[in-house]
Amino acid sequence: MNYKMIRYVLSLVLRLEAALMLLPCVFALIFRETQGLYYVVAALICLMVGAVLSSKKPKNFDIYNKDGFVTVALAWLLLSALGALPFVLTGEIPNYIDALFEIVSGFTTTGASILFQVESLSHTSLFWRSFSHWIGGMGVLVFLLIMMPGQTGSRMNLMKAESPGPSVSKFVPRVKENAKILYTIYLGLTLLELILLLLTRMNWFDAICISVGTAGTGGFGVLSSSCGDYTALQQWIITVFMIAFGVNFSFYYLILCKKLKSAVKMQEIQGYFFIILAAIALLVWNNRVVIPGFGENLRAAAFQVGSIITTTGFSTVDFNNWPELSKMILLMLMLIGACAGSTGGGIKVSRIILMIKTVRKEIQSIAHPRAVKKIKMDGQVVEHEVIRTLNVYIITYLIIFGISLLLISFDEFNLETNFSAVAATLNNIGPGLGLVGPISNYAFFSPISKIVLIIDMLAGRLELFPILLLMLPSTWRNK
Amino acid sequence: MQIIVVGCGKVGKEIVRQLAAEDHNVTVIDKNGELVKSVSNEFDVRGVIGNGTSYMTLSDADLEHTDILIAVTPNDEVNLLCCVVAKKGANCHTIARIRNHIYSTERNFIQKELGLSMIINPEMTAAREIVRRLSFPSAIEIDTFSKGRIELLRFEVSEKSPLVGLELKYISQKIPGNFLICVAQRGDEIIIPDGNFSPEPGDILGVIADQADIHGFFKKIAIKTNAVKNTMIVGGGQLTYYLADILLKAGGKVKIIEQDPKRCEELSEFLDRATIICGDGTNVNLLKEEHLDQMDGLVTCTGMDEQNLVLSLYAQDKVRTKIITKMSHVQYDDVVKSMHIGSVINPKKLAAVHILRYVRAMGNTLGSKIETMYHLIDGKVEALEFTVTADSKVTGIKLMDMKFKSNVLIAGISRQGKLIIPGGQDEFHVGDSIVVITKKLGCHDFHDLLK
Repeated sequence: MNYKMIRYVLSLVLRLEAALMLLPCVFALIFRETQGLYYVVAALICLMVGAVLSSKKPKNFDIYNKDGFVTVALAWLLLSALGALPFVLTGEIPNYIDALFEIVSGFTTTGASILFQVESLSHTSLFWRSFSHWIGGMGVLVFLLIMMPGQTGSRMNLMKAESPGPSVSKFVPRVKENAKILYTIYLGLTLLELILLLLTRMNWFDAICISVGTAGTGGFGVLSSSCGDYTALQQWIITVFMIAFGVNFSFYYLILCKKLKSAVKMQEIQGYFFIILAAIALLVWNNRVVIPGFGENLRAAAFQVGSIITTTGFSTVDFNNWPELSKMILLMLMLIGACAGSTGGGIKVSRIILMIKTVRKEIQSIAHPRAVKKIKMDGQVVEHEVIRTLNVYIITYLIIFGISLLLISFDEFNLETNFSAVAATLNNIGPGLGLVGPISNYAFFSPISKIVLIIDMLAGRLELFPILLLMLPSTWRNK
Repeated sequence: MQIIVVGCGKVGKEIVRQLAAEDHNVTVIDKNGELVKSVSNEFDVRGVIGNGTSYMTLSDADLEHTDILIAVTPNDEVNLLCCVVAKKGANCHTIARIRNHIYSTERNFIQKELGLSMIINPEMTAAREIVRRLSFPSAIEIDTFSKGRIELLRFEVSEKSPLVGLELKYISQKIPGNFLICVAQRGDEIIIPDGNFSPEPGDILGVIADQADIHGFFKKIAIKTNAVKNTMIVGGGQLTYYLADILLKAGGKVKIIEQDPKRCEELSEFLDRATIICGDGTNVNLLKEEHLDQMDGLVTCTGMDEQNLVLSLYAQDKVRTKIITKMSHVQYDDVVKSMHIGSVINPKKLAAVHILRYVRAMGNTLGSKIETMYHLIDGKVEALEFTVTADSKVTGIKLMDMKFKSNVLIAGISRQGKLIIPGGQDEFHVGDSIVVITKKLGCHDFHDLLK
């Protein structure tokens, strides 16, 4: 492994984090809060650790496949470990594990909180919490790719390791340009939402935090009621944008290139919207007794479906009180997740589609044992290697799910709570069902369970393998 | 620039390596998925799997916005078709590799009628390069500027050379002539020499000179430059055909050793005056029998790199001739260089260099532009050629008044076909070609070299 390059990239990540930590200070100045000082201190600590890691550019700029994974995993661990500092320093979340849980939940765009009263936090910290969604949504290293100098090709290994989805393709030849396009779309959509929310007269601080939270498909609100207190129009705007950020970003790129036809033909997009519409229809029908009034019923269903399938995790109602079928539908949506190449988490719609196609092929091959059939997606043959990785991904996912479930069951909470807690963290959603429902929080778990859930969140965001690779002894052996 | 490269073979890969390093947007196309994957993993380029002659595949690679298409698949006809489709589809510049000698006489017709910007024949290019090197038996490497009128030669200083211990500022008194020593390599160190530099034995010096003066220069520093009259070529491939043809036409004598009787007959059909020996070129007795020791030049160009290397090593010990070795693999350049077997020629790399030169020239159309660029000494030094255009800001200023960055040397000015070795009083005129030697890599504009 190219240790020098890894250390160099990590130090860049920390320098970037230090710069990002100064943004909350702006809010500290506006609201005249003393907490801003601690953010400056935390930023200085980031810089120091970064300087210790690496001070000069390495000669060999190559990042090999394994290095890409290791770098991304380490970068996220470091980012979280230091990102939690401000919460501890300001004393708002005195326990380090709790603070770590909160910030990992932020960076991984989960949105699961351990806070009872969100309103008790300073504006500075509230912004840092929500902003961490925005940083983590598109990826820190993808951002670094834009700024990193040099021209070697091996950068792709970084992008591959951080971007969600079964296979990463480029829109344009150069990695740097790709990253730029992604961030431009990301920033553009975020600003659009912010403007629309401001036009509906939402408080500007709320509007900023909600916009960045939606963009990263995160889910930290600034109120304990999440989005329940906003007006119907504002809730609809948030719904539309949540769904928009769960869409594969190649869709937007194709639209920007005026290739509307091929954009609409993307099977993943079709599947994604089909699932959303079907789920909303079912919920509206099933909730007709609990929520009177069609308009309100539709809005609640649409908001919750949009929030859960994109793994955002905002809520307008306590869906814990919904009928069992409705809760089951939401739980299913949690597992499906958003599109590949979006900011959302979960298994991803494209993987589900591929899985269904694989199963269909296997069943057909029982009927016609000698039949030869290639699995296709968007008219392109899907290579066997992709299918193999997909199968391994699903198995790994189930194993991690099972082990996590077992470990947190030591706390003796009920099955609904435990199951949905693991589902909500591994898929980066946030609120689950039972005791971890939308109006409750994760504070009651034991520290060990919290650490398990922290690892789940990181594994979920980085698509399992980078974090697992770190635990493999042979990763660290050089010979 | 937006560039599509069709074909990911050795030449394709070499081109992609350079283009990606020079910040171009490159998309590669190949039928072989594995090749595409390996190239797009190694370099910062996009890969498209498919047939490069298909319009669909090409538009997938964003043909619409492409500036240049380079077709280097192993098949001449595929390359031509790619270029025609691209030309009709996007009206971009097209470069095709055509190696079959049938087409070599129809080159101009094909280029004009099919609208190609450039046709490259690696074997033909290599043959010409070999001929050029043969005519300077002691020079190690030769690069040309200003359409071949200026040459940059690099040679090793021998112990008896009059240059040893001579400070360069006194050199013009001792050896008058129109030349400049512009780069020196001492061990691993690269020096852009100033007046106080004095060569030591074992240094490799780069000297820039007018083509007409070169023989005179080498005579004065006691290096023999007798032209090669008798050449032995081992291996009878396409390259041999072109090489022998040129040598024969220039009035030299050529002896070709080829194993395959059928190929021998083919060769004798096309090359009347050459002596063609059917036999194993690795057989030492055969070589002795054919008087290898009386040859002025030996070119080893069988299809096997290993055979060529061994043969050249053998000949190096036995006879004092100029030896040129053909290599196909790029990766072992360092190893081969350390073996001191004289000139090595790599047709594939050479083809890549020629194509790159064209792309570079295209990429700089404003101000002082780069005409030619060479990476010397493993890419540690660049030799650049700029053309001064009317809108350039560097005309009419005396060189002594221009502030250049360190390690930049103006090595020569070519004005109306004549080389001027610049002094402080010289100025640039519109239309001049300037040759610059610099350790600062990646310059795109003449102004990058100024402080």
